Amino acid sequence: MEKGKGVMGAGRRWAVDFSDNSTAPSSRDIPDPPGFTRASVDQDDSAVSRQKKDAEANWKSQKAWEVAQAPFKNLLMMGFMMWMAGSTVHLFSIGITFSALWQPISALQGVGKVFEPYKDNKVDLLGPKLLFIALNLGGLALGVWKLNTLGLLPTHASDWVSSLSPAQEVEYSGGGIPL
Amino acid sequence: MAIMSFIFVFFFFSSLQPILSLYEDQVGLMDWHQQYIGKVKQAVFHTHKTGRKRVVASTEQNIIATLDLRRGEIFWRHVLGPNDVVDGIDIALGKYVITLSSGGSILRAWNLPDGQMVWESSLHGPKHSKPLLLTRNLIIEKDNVLIVFSNGRLNAVSCIDGEVLWKKDFEEESLEVQQVIQPPGSGFIYVLGFAASSQFEMYKINAKNGELLKHESTAFSGRFTGEVSLVSSETVVALDSTGSILLTISFHNGKISSQQTPVSNLLEDSPGLAVIIHPSVTGIFAIKTDAATIFIRVIGEGKLEVVEKTNHETVVSDALSISEGQQAFALVQHAGSSIHLTVKPAHDWDSNLLKESIKMDQQRGFVHKVFINNYIRTDRSHGFRALIVMEDHSLLLLQQGAIVWSREDGLASIIDVTTSELPVEKAGVSVAKVELNLFEWLKGHVLKLKGTLMLATPEDIAAIQHMRLKSSEKSKMTRDHNGFRKLLIALTRAGKLFGLHTGDGRIVWSHLLQSLHKSESCRQPIVLNLYQWQVPHHHALDENPSVLVVGRCGPSSDALGVLSLVDSYTGKEFSSLSLVHSVAQVIPLPYTDSTEQRLHLLIDADKHAHLYPKTPEAIDSFQSEFSNVYWYSVDDDNGIIKGYALKTKCSSNVADEFCFDSRELWSIVLPSESEKIITTATRKLNEAVHTQAKLIADQDVMYKYISSNLLFVATVAPKASGEIGSVTPEESWLVVYLIDTVTGRVLHRMTHHGSQGPVQAVLSENWVVYHYFNLRAHRYEMSVIEIYDQSRADNKDVWKLVVGNHNLTSPVSSYSRAEVITKSQSYFFTHSLKAIAVTLTVKGITSKQLLIGTIGDQVLALDKRFLDPRRSVNPKQAEREEGIIPLTDSLPIIPQSYITHSLRVEGLQSIITVAAKLESTTLVFAHGLDLFFTHYAPSRTYDSLTEDFSYALLLITIVVLVAAIFVTWILSQRKELQDRWR
Repeated sequence: MEKGKGVMGAGRRWAVDFSDNSTAPSSRDIPDPPGFTRASVDQDDSAVSRQKKDAEANWKSQKAWEVAQAPFKNLLMMGFMMWMAGSTVHLFSIGITFSALWQPISALQGVGKVFEPYKDNKVDLLGPKLLFIALNLGGLALGVWKLNTLGLLPTHASDWVSSLSPAQEVEYSGGGIPL
Repeated sequence: MAIMSFIFVFFFFSSLQPILSLYEDQVGLMDWHQQYIGKVKQAVFHTHKTGRKRVVASTEQNIIATLDLRRGEIFWRHVLGPNDVVDGIDIALGKYVITLSSGGSILRAWNLPDGQMVWESSLHGPKHSKPLLLTRNLIIEKDNVLIVFSNGRLNAVSCIDGEVLWKKDFEEESLEVQQVIQPPGSGFIYVLGFAASSQFEMYKINAKNGELLKHESTAFSGRFTGEVSLVSSETVVALDSTGSILLTISFHNGKISSQQTPVSNLLEDSPGLAVIIHPSVTGIFAIKTDAATIFIRVIGEGKLEVVEKTNHETVVSDALSISEGQQAFALVQHAGSSIHLTVKPAHDWDSNLLKESIKMDQQRGFVHKVFINNYIRTDRSHGFRALIVMEDHSLLLLQQGAIVWSREDGLASIIDVTTSELPVEKAGVSVAKVELNLFEWLKGHVLKLKGTLMLATPEDIAAIQHMRLKSSEKSKMTRDHNGFRKLLIALTRAGKLFGLHTGDGRIVWSHLLQSLHKSESCRQPIVLNLYQWQVPHHHALDENPSVLVVGRCGPSSDALGVLSLVDSYTGKEFSSLSLVHSVAQVIPLPYTDSTEQRLHLLIDADKHAHLYPKTPEAIDSFQSEFSNVYWYSVDDDNGIIKGYALKTKCSSNVADEFCFDSRELWSIVLPSESEKIITTATRKLNEAVHTQAKLIADQDVMYKYISSNLLFVATVAPKASGEIGSVTPEESWLVVYLIDTVTGRVLHRMTHHGSQGPVQAVLSENWVVYHYFNLRAHRYEMSVIEIYDQSRADNKDVWKLVVGNHNLTSPVSSYSRAEVITKSQSYFFTHSLKAIAVTLTVKGITSKQLLIGTIGDQVLALDKRFLDPRRSVNPKQAEREEGIIPLTDSLPIIPQSYITHSLRVEGLQSIITVAAKLESTTLVFAHGLDLFFTHYAPSRTYDSLTEDFSYALLLITIVVLVAAIFVTWILSQRKELQDRWR
């Protein structure tokens, strides 16, 4: 995820478009430098640029797969932390469990954003997305499972009767040893 | 990693069991302690010399105490055992308090200034007799001697070390010694008594060695009542058994001469049965009849003359020698709302040494006893002070026509206690006089803050402590949020009702119940019990709460009953009823009428049930529940427990629609040759139970068997009902029963072989804890029985519970015969017990602790978890998490969990727990001779800040934080600006 963000460069302020292939020099205020002809460049570079585009697409899809696999490391890390936290309820274990629940949820919410930089007509993002979602769901399941081992899920009868007030009695009897 | 391990360590320590105890400076913040001595039986003044003036008193509660004569405070006090009745006290040598107790068997000397025991002698003799103590300044060979007649033997005991110098037995079977006289200055002792009730006996004994010098006797035709009055050193007056003939007996020089005077000769109208009250004043004695008190003077040879006859209630003091050969005595008479104290010289009836009229609170009743003492005024005349004991057992010192001090010693014999809420604080009612102004409030908080920051000087600390102890907040006369401020309503044996404020223990009101006063219709009133009659809370808030006092005219169980209703706010008796039936039992019903008056069922000796209050509304609401009301009686003499249902209207009384006949439903007859009922216990009516489920390890659940109709009965072998150790373990057993009182079903029965009473038991929720003695182990034991409803255990389907498709909350009937299982366990316990109670909270969520009144008159809190039947030697991890403590054979006594801390509640009788509005807190009131009250939080005050929480510190922290936020915000703004300019 982190890496994905870095590549995306969301905060881009300016850019030089090297692949500017407009042929009309008049559209520019500045004349082309002497000896520079646009047409020749275009013709020479068309194969090169296609190659470049392919490489970029490749790179993007590779990165997308990387990003999609990132939660797996997280999952391992979380598992280790949970094992460390033990199965008793206290602040530490609760904190870990809730972060284990929150991370996948927030990641799932931002699936589109995570893969936005790799959006390309040529790149198929469905595979990485599915993997990403699956891994995060796995993380979520791990969190829920942890919650259950901590006894914080109402899955037992005891959770539903613990504050059940005593049944009312029909009869009333009083008395004792005479005064 | 380091942080993680730190966190682990932190949680490990925080999950340990907290120790509940007080810091030294918290003593007296929420608790108060009052000391009493009981109804004074005999008082001796000690006002000689310099030093502090004091009065030594013995009381009906077997206490010897010395009180400060200036302020009435206790210097020291000794509580003798319940069988060690004080027979006589005196002061010897000016420095020893001599007490004769246990029917004249034990003679003790106590050091007067500090109450240390100096010596003790046991005096035994051939037979039981009336004990007499004589401490004239008799000196034998430079040794001050006490003459004690007890157990048929005359003893001369040395004052210095308690050694018996000589003794003389009076073994004659029928001899009843009435007086032992030692004429001043003579070397002999007269022992006077009656033999076979009709013969007057006189023994003259040599005081030096106990040698019998002379024995004379005279027979009379009549019989003697027993009481004799000494009118001079050689003349006594006695009454015959019919109470109509006075005998004047003189034994001058060993010769007995007597004269008979019919009482009717002295009085024109026939006075009925007369009783001698003996002021033992030279020449004068008094007889008392039903209507009047008559003072009679003896003139010359057996001639009698009536000097005064009064119809008022009159009390006479003993004679006091004020100067050489001159004696005085005091008379106290009632006249309206004041009493007249008269001190007269013995030789001259018509003159008065002192005549004072003192305004007396009507709520103290009549004067019962008076003791006088004299002092020399600056003008060399005699002044007198009088100590009077009133009908309500209070003790007052009168001097110069005013009450110098008074002690409410009636509170030493509380029969029953209940509580009442205080009035609601209304907007219009100003409580400004107890409210602090803002400046003082601020000053107090600044002081507190100083204390928190450890900047306070010793004076400041003292001021803080004083402020905490004298907080006006706790003694206000209005209801508070937390429900700490309440009225404790205490009924004493004297028939007086006290309203005590829980904040500081002061008496808000006291009221001597007029309806339980001695009167023509009710000659021997006895107060029995106290019940909450009206507890308005929802729709009847403008009504005052009230209590019901139940009494009876006479000691027998079929004597007619008396009811009295008392307003809890004012202590005024607003209604009283003389019943036409007896009162054997009072059953408060769980139903109220529209004004929140609780319905009560009074069962009389003929097993008729009477419904109170007698209003049509009450009978209407009762009719709807009629078939569901049952009652039971425990006959502990015959070992029979019987259950009854109500039948139709009374067959005998035609007009009374509030009277119902009873129909016997069941009876449990215990075999009288093997079992004797010694203790019963039931659940408290007002106990709240939060849940019916008990969660156990591994998320499992058990259903408690919660029933208010549960009765715990403990029986022992009849042989073993005596003292501990009187039987061998083989012939002693203890059987406990849990009985459903509606159906008579025995839910559980258990036998403890080789165990013996006394049994103290407490029943709460679904468990009972009881304490007894194990003869085999030679130790006390406490056992617990928990009872669970097995028929509910199938409710385990989560989905059914989620949807609510279960019958766990539907009303249950005892006739549905729930299948129960019990779990029990026994533990050794070090102490023997005087009382046992359990903490009570408003919703029953807080975990319970047992409050144990130990033999040392302290109250010990013991966590119920220690008395868990599921404790095992090696609890599983899950069980440990649940809070199960590993099994030990004995229960721990943690010194910090004495809730009475360093104080003792002498003669502890019972512990009463009341729920405060704050769920975590129980109000605990322990009473015996002393009173003790405190707040107790079994699981600490988890729902409120502690009293010493520093609000000022919190406030300052917040202010500082806000300021810091502003400052850093401004700084960051500035820095950003600079960065932009760069």
